[in-house]
Amino acid sequence: MTSSAYPTSWRPPKLIPNPLTRYGLLLAGVVYLAWSLNALDIDWHRVEQGIARAGNMFARMVPPDFSRWQLLGRGVLESVQMAFAASFIGMIVAIPLGVCAARNLVPTPVYLVARAVLVVSRTFHEVIIAIFFVKIFGFGPLAGVLTLVVASMSFIGKMLAEDIENMRPGQLEAIRATGASFPKMLLYAVQPQMLPRYLGVSIYRLDANIRHSTVVGIVGAGGIGQTLAASFSRYDYDFSLAILLTIMSLVFVGEFFSNWVRARLR
Amino acid sequence: MLSITELAKKYPTGTRALESVTLRIDEPQIVAIIGSSGAGKSTLIRCINRLVEPTSGRVVLNDLDVTALSRRDLRKARRRMGMIFQEYNLVERLTVMENALSGRLGYVSFWQAYRRKYPPDDISAAYELLERVGLKGYEDTRADALSGGQRQRVGIARALMQRPDLLLVDEPTASLDPKTARQIMRLLVELAHERGTPALVNIHDVALAQNHSDRIVGLSGGVVVFDGPPRDLTHQALTDIYGEEDWSSTIRKSDDDEDEEDRPRRLEGESAAG
Repeated sequence: MTSSAYPTSWRPPKLIPNPLTRYGLLLAGVVYLAWSLNALDIDWHRVEQGIARAGNMFARMVPPDFSRWQLLGRGVLESVQMAFAASFIGMIVAIPLGVCAARNLVPTPVYLVARAVLVVSRTFHEVIIAIFFVKIFGFGPLAGVLTLVVASMSFIGKMLAEDIENMRPGQLEAIRATGASFPKMLLYAVQPQMLPRYLGVSIYRLDANIRHSTVVGIVGAGGIGQTLAASFSRYDYDFSLAILLTIMSLVFVGEFFSNWVRARLR
Repeated sequence: MLSITELAKKYPTGTRALESVTLRIDEPQIVAIIGSSGAGKSTLIRCINRLVEPTSGRVVLNDLDVTALSRRDLRKARRRMGMIFQEYNLVERLTVMENALSGRLGYVSFWQAYRRKYPPDDISAAYELLERVGLKGYEDTRADALSGGQRQRVGIARALMQRPDLLLVDEPTASLDPKTARQIMRLLVELAHERGTPALVNIHDVALAQNHSDRIVGLSGGVVVFDGPPRDLTHQALTDIYGEEDWSSTIRKSDDDEDEEDRPRRLEGESAAG
């Protein structure tokens, strides 16, 4: 064979060439895993009890109790109202925020401030923001709506800013070259290109807000979540299951609606 | 009409795109700017309407010192300069009509622009221009449904809607097939001559430049190394602009491309494309 001068075996190069580093990292990984499992401090006795309690709780959950459907309905309606109101306000606030957070449109100081607002409002989970607003405005849907507004504006605003930054610069240049002012540039070069994505993201956010509106209620910010938390603390497990099933179908409908609308955009 | 004096541009990255360019245009002529990639063609054109801010030098358009203007006055000055781009740069989700009317954005108020309520004169001018560039009946078509050649026709209409004193044209044909490129070039030259508007045209294709321009400016390393009528573009001149190469097949007599049997049916060939 003529090929005998060439090697007949080949192995791909290792991801980490140095064997010491390679096995060292592996060892470090194993040690870390062992340490973190240890931190769990699993008390097998309590696990046993817990399983028994879970069985008891699930037994008391079925059949779900829909008899207090009026209370349930009010909670659901409040959650959906909260989600809609928050999405709408969030959508509006997100526009100036998103534009100001687009590096290719605004001067650097404006950009930095807007980005800072986005980063800070995205730092905390909805539940933490909800606790904060409940402390300020008391229990009820106002705190919930404000929480979801903060979450929506930062989410939609960030998406919008990123989309604007990824825009092809040509149209901006062309509209600027006609002598158009900044607002007209937004109107003619930015808005038409952004609109479908913006609406898509906003509808997605509405769907997300319906889900989150059920969570923020648990810390007292209104909606069906508040009803759910109350039922748990009163051991009304059959009512709890009814609420959970309702939330499931609500989220399902929201997601279906959101997908349906977004498929029709663009 | 246009006078450029010792124009220089150094980018923050350190690239000296324009070393020192001095150029005068005193009559409504088509000036083709040729030069290799990186010679400063695009920078030169963008420094004139200050889409790129020149580092030093002066640009004077009809006694107006463009380089000395405030942002607000610069916007007014930009209205007098129509620009045409290689990638057309139409707003793709808007209709052909809206794209053409965007040439008037510098003249209407924000709310007029928002409600698309342009003055009647502008609207009839847009209809007329769109017909002139061969897009009659396409007014309500979205720009992203057009072929490359058609998009560039809209680009030309948008620039001319400004009723400019000067056309800045950046590689108008580089994204088009050779036949469409020639049709677009011819249309551009016809319209500029018709309206007595001078045009600065960046162009890669030397043959196209020779056949469609009144004057050729060669850029190399950010300075003008050739300035003269197309017939003076000799082997030596091309070597000065681009470097040593066998130019014998590139140089052609000015009129031997005045050909193209397709003059009367100019739209057919391209409407099928893309």
